[in-house]
Amino acid sequence: MPKDNHPAVSGPFAPRDIAAGFRRCVPLAFSVFAYGGVLGVLADAKGITVPELMLMSLVVFAGSSQFVAAELWAPVLPVAEIALATLVINLRYLLIGASLRDVFAGTTLIQKLLGIHMVADENWAVTMAAAREGRATPGFLWGGGLIMMLFWQAGCILGQILGGGIPEPERFGLDFAFTAAFLALATGLWEGRRDLVPWGLAVAGAIAGALWLPGKWYILLGSGLGFVAAAVLWTEDGGD
Amino acid sequence: MTDLLHPDALVVIAVMAVVTYGLRAGGLLLADRLPRTGRWAYALRRLPGMVLVAVVAPGLAHLGWLGVGAGAVTVALAIVTRNLFAAMAGGVTVVALARLWL
Repeated sequence: MPKDNHPAVSGPFAPRDIAAGFRRCVPLAFSVFAYGGVLGVLADAKGITVPELMLMSLVVFAGSSQFVAAELWAPVLPVAEIALATLVINLRYLLIGASLRDVFAGTTLIQKLLGIHMVADENWAVTMAAAREGRATPGFLWGGGLIMMLFWQAGCILGQILGGGIPEPERFGLDFAFTAAFLALATGLWEGRRDLVPWGLAVAGAIAGALWLPGKWYILLGSGLGFVAAAVLWTEDGGD
Repeated sequence: MTDLLHPDALVVIAVMAVVTYGLRAGGLLLADRLPRTGRWAYALRRLPGMVLVAVVAPGLAHLGWLGVGAGAVTVALAIVTRNLFAAMAGGVTVVALARLWL
């Protein structure tokens, strides 16, 4: 049994931290499972196989972009379009990665490279909350990521296996599930009246883009407009 | 074997993985070089939410009043329950019921 000062027991990925992170994300597990289930049903309808989705979830591990990729899945895969959509939708991970700088302080490059993969929105939020209490470590983050990955995979697989059994998903409004998920996630990110104009422009730009631009370029137009508006309207005393 | 893992699917998955991991690792490793104060840092911070609404806006607009109604229920549930699944279930239910009765 390694002593308590052995690096494997008390280092950045200490088992007790991983277990703590794992437990702290249990309340989120069902939501992630259900969300994965919806993706599984969609993926099955689009002809994505179980091993393909499992691999995607393992190496991408970003639900919203996997949803859009599944939507775009076709017999001839639009690689460039999926790549662009993935980039735009997952752009937030650039900021999420940056926000974890202090959590990974003092770790080696390999530990950073291995640890930063297991970051989903849910366990990131839990870890940031724990960081405010001074209790976040890479192991804590990783443990939360592990339970997210397990329930996500389980939901996806179940959705793919059982999904074919739902004859007309539209009758049950399931085609709206994807939109509902994104709306719910966006609601969590809203910060107040200051967001009204930038977000409004993002919506307007997206709708205009969908009318005039091919493929998923409308996402870039809408979010780009909102991005510029947010920067332009920012004031020093706005209360960042 | 290629029935279960199509080669072109592997290409797409690999590209998605490289892009996404690049963003995660890039953000962590380049944290000090990203703007942390000022208008561009603020805009970067607001970007995630704007991307999400931009993605679903055309679809919602296409649904017309049903989109407004189901969207409003979804948002209200998200605020009140702070639970992703509950919000999703609510929106989906509104659409299902509307299609049943209207």
